[in-house]
Amino acid sequence: MKRYSAFAVAREALTGHKGWERAWRKAQPKKRYDVVIVGAGGHGLATAYYLGKRFGITNVAIIEKGWLGGGNTGRNTTIIRSNYLQDPSAAIYEKARSLYETLSQDLNYNVMFSPRGVMMLAQTEHEVRGYLRTVHANALQGVKTRFITPAEVKKIVPIIRLDGPRYPVLGALWQDRGGTARHDAVAWGYARACSAMGMDIIQKCEVTGVRQEAGRVTGVQTTKGDIACDKLGIVVAGHSGVVANMAGFRLPIECVALQALVSEPIKPVMDCVVMANTVHGYMSQSDKGEMVIGGGADQFNNYSQRGSFHHVEETVRALIETFPMLSRLKMLRWWGGIVDMTGDRSPILSKTPLEGCFINCGWGTGGFKAIPGSGWGFAELMAKGHSPLTEEFSMWRFREGKFIDESVAAGVAH
Amino acid sequence: MSTRLATGGRLIDRSKPVRFQFNDTWLSGFEGDTLASALLANDKVMVGRSFKYHRPRGIVASGAEEPNALVNLGKGARHEPNQRATTTELFDGLYATSQNHWPSLEFDIGAINAKLARFLPAGFYYKMFIHPRPFWKHIYEPFIRQSAGLGRAPDPETRDPDTYEHFYAYVDVLVVGGGVAGLQAAKAAAKSGARVLLIEQTAHWGGRAAVDGGMVDGQPARDWIAATVKTLEGMENVTLRTRCMGAGVYDHGYVLGYERLNDHQPQADGPRHRLWRIRTKQIITATGAIERPISFAGNDLPGVMLASAVRDYVVNYGVAPGERTVVVTNNDDGYRTAIALKAAGLAVPAVIDPRVHAIDPPLVAQAKAAGIEVLMGRAVAKAKGGRRVTGIVVTAHSGEGAALREIACDCVAMSGGWSPVVHLWSHCGGKLTWDAHHAFFRPDPAKAPTGADGAPFVHVAGSANGYLFLKDVLQDAENAGRVSVGLERDPAPDANSEHAAPIHPVWMMPAKAGDDLRAKAWLDYQNDVKVSDVQLAAREGFESVEHTKRYTTLGMATDQGKLSNINGLAILSDALGEDIPQVGTTTFRPPYTPISMGAIAGQARDEIFQPIRKTPVHAWHEENGAVWEPVGQWRRPYCFPRKGESKHQAVRREVRATRNGVGLLDASTLGKIVVKGSDAGRFLDMLYTNLMSTLPVGKCRYGLMCTENGFLTDDGVVARLDEDTFLCHTTTGGADRIHAHMEEWLQTEWWDWKVYTANLTEQYAQIAVVGPKARVLLERLGGMDVSKEALPFMQWADGTLGSIPARVFRISFSGELSYEVAVPAGRGREFWDLCLHVGADLGITPYGTEALHVMRAEKGFIMIGDETDGTVIPQDLGLNWAISKKKADYIGKRAQERSHMTSADRWQLVGLETLDGSVLPDGAYAVADGRNANGQRNTQGRVTSTYYSPTLDKGIAMGLVHNGPARMGEVVVFLKEDGETKVKARIVNPVFYDPKGEKQDV
Repeated sequence: MKRYSAFAVAREALTGHKGWERAWRKAQPKKRYDVVIVGAGGHGLATAYYLGKRFGITNVAIIEKGWLGGGNTGRNTTIIRSNYLQDPSAAIYEKARSLYETLSQDLNYNVMFSPRGVMMLAQTEHEVRGYLRTVHANALQGVKTRFITPAEVKKIVPIIRLDGPRYPVLGALWQDRGGTARHDAVAWGYARACSAMGMDIIQKCEVTGVRQEAGRVTGVQTTKGDIACDKLGIVVAGHSGVVANMAGFRLPIECVALQALVSEPIKPVMDCVVMANTVHGYMSQSDKGEMVIGGGADQFNNYSQRGSFHHVEETVRALIETFPMLSRLKMLRWWGGIVDMTGDRSPILSKTPLEGCFINCGWGTGGFKAIPGSGWGFAELMAKGHSPLTEEFSMWRFREGKFIDESVAAGVAH
Repeated sequence: MSTRLATGGRLIDRSKPVRFQFNDTWLSGFEGDTLASALLANDKVMVGRSFKYHRPRGIVASGAEEPNALVNLGKGARHEPNQRATTTELFDGLYATSQNHWPSLEFDIGAINAKLARFLPAGFYYKMFIHPRPFWKHIYEPFIRQSAGLGRAPDPETRDPDTYEHFYAYVDVLVVGGGVAGLQAAKAAAKSGARVLLIEQTAHWGGRAAVDGGMVDGQPARDWIAATVKTLEGMENVTLRTRCMGAGVYDHGYVLGYERLNDHQPQADGPRHRLWRIRTKQIITATGAIERPISFAGNDLPGVMLASAVRDYVVNYGVAPGERTVVVTNNDDGYRTAIALKAAGLAVPAVIDPRVHAIDPPLVAQAKAAGIEVLMGRAVAKAKGGRRVTGIVVTAHSGEGAALREIACDCVAMSGGWSPVVHLWSHCGGKLTWDAHHAFFRPDPAKAPTGADGAPFVHVAGSANGYLFLKDVLQDAENAGRVSVGLERDPAPDANSEHAAPIHPVWMMPAKAGDDLRAKAWLDYQNDVKVSDVQLAAREGFESVEHTKRYTTLGMATDQGKLSNINGLAILSDALGEDIPQVGTTTFRPPYTPISMGAIAGQARDEIFQPIRKTPVHAWHEENGAVWEPVGQWRRPYCFPRKGESKHQAVRREVRATRNGVGLLDASTLGKIVVKGSDAGRFLDMLYTNLMSTLPVGKCRYGLMCTENGFLTDDGVVARLDEDTFLCHTTTGGADRIHAHMEEWLQTEWWDWKVYTANLTEQYAQIAVVGPKARVLLERLGGMDVSKEALPFMQWADGTLGSIPARVFRISFSGELSYEVAVPAGRGREFWDLCLHVGADLGITPYGTEALHVMRAEKGFIMIGDETDGTVIPQDLGLNWAISKKKADYIGKRAQERSHMTSADRWQLVGLETLDGSVLPDGAYAVADGRNANGQRNTQGRVTSTYYSPTLDKGIAMGLVHNGPARMGEVVVFLKEDGETKVKARIVNPVFYDPKGEKQDV
C-alpha cells in the first residue's frame, strides 16, 4: 500500500495523478477463507480490519451485495459520542470514540474525525435530571461529560435560541470529545487497510444461502458461487433478519426507515453537534457547510430506503424552534436508510445457534459512532469466542430479560 | 459585453422599469425580468465564485438547473443565502450580493486555490492532513470550513418576518409541469370530469414551446398555449397554479408542491411560501428536459452558457448574453440558438458541430441560409479568458486538440443534448432505461412506481418521457392524460413534425483530449469537479457511481447534478470500459430544487409550534405568576413565587402550607380514560398487574401497568363507576400513550372483547384539595357529605359542591387528607375560584408540580419517570402488594418470570439519608469495590429522586440499591459529578413522612 501524505499528493501532482493505485484491490472470491464477513459496511470492514490487526487473521473475505459503505454507513448523520447511560453501552461507544481519535493515523486515511463537541439540550426538568444522571454514570465509566448552563450553551452555539416560548433551554449534557467524522471515509479507510492486509473485498456479490453441516457453518452460497469458511460474520444492518433466516435462526429485530436531510451549504455558523430530544431533532454543520439534520424513525416497518414526510416536517419544525435562522435556509436533499431495531434499542453482537456463525446487528439509529468499537469487540468475539465489550450484547439477553435499555439517554434517533 | 436589445423580450414590460441593487450598485431592469436576465442586461456576467477553487462563475442556465448564479438575497431579517438568480423574479428594490469570496467578487483571496488545483484533485483531503493529529481539528479543518460553504447565514438573533402555510389538496390527477405537454395532458384528463390540478414551477405557461415556436392545430404555439390555458381555467374541475413546483413524490400518491407566493413581491400580505400536501390518485410528470453542457477545457468561464439559455435570454427578455456568440452543439437543437441570435441581429461567428452531415438537416440548412458559418467535424479545444470568455480554439473533434484556428467571442452557447427530467418519476421507485439513440435516460414504462393495487400511479408526458418534438410531445401528453383517467388513447392535436439528424454523444471534446485539457474540462461547476477528477476516481477503484459521486462530490452541489450527472456518468463508464446503463445513476431524492425550511414547518412556530394544551385553570396560573414547566404539550405551574420569593422559597412555603393547612393543586392534566363494557373488568385485569375486576363499585384502587417486557410504564388510581364502567387515571405524560396502548391490544389481540375506551382527560377539571383542613373547606362549599363515614379513604362519590356537579375521589398523593374533585371542564375555573374564596381564611395555598413531587417523595410514593426508566419492574419498587397472585396472566407477567427479572441481584427501592443532612446529588451513583472487565467503576445503586424536605428540614432521597431492602441502616458511598467527591448516605425506609399512613385516612 502506497502511503498517503501531503508529500505523496505533491509528488503525484507532478505526474498528473497517474501514479495512484487502487484504494482497494478488485477481488474475485477464492474457494475458501478462514473468515467470511457478509456486509462491507463500516461494521463489517472494521471487524475484518481488527481480525487482521489484532489477531493476525487475514485470510478473510468481505462480501457485499451492493457497493461498500453503501448502507447506513453512507447515509447517516455522522455523529460520534459515547455519553451513554448503561455500562455496556458506554464501554463499547467510548472504545469506539477513543479509536476514532487516532483512526486517521491508524488507517493512513483522513476520516476527518473532528471532536468539536456534542451537546444534548435539556428542555424539561425531567431531561435535566436524566442528564445529571448520565453525567454521574459517565464519570464512573471513564467518559468525560459535564452538565453545562444555558449561558455556556449560548457561548458554544451562538445561533441557538435559549428562551423559546415553549421549551426554554435549561442546560445541556456536553461531551467535548464527541463530534463527527466523514462517514464514507471511514468505510473507505478500513477497506483500503483490509485490502492492504491481503483481504478480499468482493462487491456486487449477494449471499443467497448459508451452508452448514452438523450444526456448524461451512460456508455461504453467493451470486458469485459458493465460498467455504470456518467462521462467518453477518454484519448486514437493514437486512439482518433476512440473512439470519438463511442461517436458520430468527432475530428480535424490526426494520424501519430513518431519515436525514441537509440544507444548502452556508458559511460556518455552528461547530458542534446539537441534539434536542424534547422536540425531536438534531443538527450539525458539515465541513462543506451544509446543516446536517436528523430526527425520529418512521413507525411502520419498511425495507425501502425512503420515508414519510411527516417525520421530516416534525424534525424541521423542532429545529426552527431551536435555531430560528433555519427558517430562511433551504432543504437541499433528504434521504432514508433502513435501521434494525431491537426490543431494547441496543445492538446484538453475539454467537448464534449456528456454531461458527456470529452476528453483529441491531444498532438501531446510532451505529455509525460505534464502528471502530464494534469491529474491535466483534473481531475479538469471532477470534476468541468472547469479548468483554460484547459480553452483554448477546442475542440471548432477551430471553433472560437482561435488557440494555438506553431510552433515558437516547430519547430520539441519532 | 452583454446588453439589453433594443426590441424583443416577450416576458418583460419595457414600460415598467425596476431598480435593484447588486453588490451595492444600483442597476435597472424591467418588470418580468429574472434577476439573471437583469444582471445580463447590465453586463454582469460573472456573478459568483465556485466552491472549491473559487473560480469566477457566470450565469450558465435560465432556470432551476442553474449551478452558478447563487446570491445572498435581501437584507436584515429578510436575508436569504443561495438564491438562484435564474428563478428569482425581479422586483423593485431587490438587494442581492454575490457569494463565496473575500474581500470581493473581483478580487478573491480564495482564488489561490485555483492556482493550487493540481495539488487539490478529487479526494485530496482523504490523503492529506493526517499528521500531526491535533492539526486536523485546530488548523486544517477550520481553514477548510471557512473556505467552504456558500452563502452567508441569516442573523441568528433576528426572526423570520415571513409566514408560511400548509395546504391540503385531494385530486384525481396531478399534472406537474405547465409546458405544452402538461397543458395537453391536463386537458385530456380533465375532459373525463376528473379533478385535475396542474402546477408549473415558473410564473409562465408554455415551457420551451413558447420560446422555440412551432405550429399547433394550425396556430402558433404561443396562441395555442394561451387558448389552452383559457380553456382549462374555464373548467370547474381544473385548478391551475403557477410558481408551484412539484417537490417530491411519495408512496400512495402523496406529493409535495412548493408554491412561492410572495418571493416576487416581498412586501405583499400573506404567506411567503405555501407547501401543498397533495394526495392524488394519479400523477403525470410533464417536467420537460434539461440541456447538457459539453466538457471542453475552459467550459466553466463566465460567458459559456447553455444554448437554450442563450435563446431564452434573447427571446424572453430581449437580452443579448454576448455580442459575438459561438455555438457548440452535437445536435440540431443547438442551431435554434444560432438562428435566434442572428434574427436578433447578433453576431454568430460560427457553429461548431462535431458531427458530419451528408445532407444538412433542416435546422442546419436554415442556419447556413442565415449566413452562419458551420464548422462540421470540429470541436472546441479550449475556451480562453479569465473573468469572461474571450475566444475559443477550434480543433478537429476526432483529435487531441491541436489548434486549427481561434475565434474571438464573448459568449459560447453549448448544447450537449437533452436529458429528460426524471426526478419525480424516480422519487418513489420508478426505474429508468438508457435510450442510446438519443443518448439519455428516460422513464422505463415497465417499471413505474406502483400503488397499493400494484398498478402504476405515475405517468410521464412529453420531453420528460424522451419526446423532443412538438408533435410527439402532444401525442404523448394526450396519451398520458387519457391513461391517467382510464381512457383509451386518442389522437392529439396536430403539430408540425420535424426532421432532425441524430445526436452524436460527446462526453469529452475533443474526443482524444489529453490530460491538460481534461483537467480543465468542468463537469460540476459549483463543486469544481472536472473530467480528470472522475477519471482519477475510476483509477482508484471508486467504480460504483455512488462511490464516484461521494469521492469527487460530483452532483452534490445545490443543483444536485442537474447539469453534471449524466456527463460525469458517461466519463465514468468510459473510464471503466462499461456501458452507461451498467454504471447506472445515483438516487434521485426530493426535493426537486431546494425548498425553504420555513415552508416545511408551516404555520407551526413559536408559541404554536406544538399544540398548547391548557387546563381550565390555565389563565389563573398565568395571572398569578406561575413558573411554567412543560409536561408533554401541557404547561403546568412548577410553583407560584410571591414577590421577592425564589423558586425554592416558594416550593417550601407551598409544602408547609399544604401540610399544615390546605393546598390546592390543578391536577387536570392527569389522564382520565373510561373503559366500559361487559368485558371491561377482564380487560383491566390483563392491563394492570392488580386484580381490577373485583373492585367494588364506588371504590378506588391504585394500579400498575407494565409493558410486554415487564417494565413498569404507568400508574394511577382506577375507580369503578358502575358494574361495566371503570375510570382509569394515568400520569400526565401517559394519557395518550396508555390510551393508544389499550386500543392496540383491543384492536389487535382482544378484538372480540366487549370493551370500549374513551379518553376524557380534557372533559374534566380535576382539582386536588389537600391538607388537614381540606374537609373543612369542602364542607363550607356544601352540597354533599364528605365526612370520613360517608366518603372513606379510597372511595369516590358523585354530588355537588357549591352547586357545581362534582365527582369526589378520596385519594392522596401527598400523604395528607386529600380530595380530588372532578368537575365539568367548563366549570373548572369557577370551582377553583370558589375554593380560593372560601378557603382564604384557612390560608389556602395553590401549589405546583415541585411541591407535589416533594410531598410524594416525603411519603415514599414512586413517580413514573423518576423511579422508573424503562428498566425497572414493580418488584424492584416494593410494589409486590399491587401484583395479583390470583391472575393467570397480565401484560408483562411472562416477562417478569425471566431469569434476570427474578434474580436476587436486582437493585431495589430504598430511602436514602445523607449523614450530614445535605441533599444527595440528582442521579448520583453508589460505588462498589473494583472495576469491571471494561475498566468501569463498579456500582451498587443510584439516586432516583432527591429533595430538600421542608417538613423534615433535611435532604431526603429515594434510590435503587443492590439488594437494598435487606441492607437497612447500612451506609453507602455516592460520588458527585466529578467522579471523586464522596457523599455518604444511609439506607432507610423510603417512607419518610407518616409511615403508618394515619394522616391520609382521617
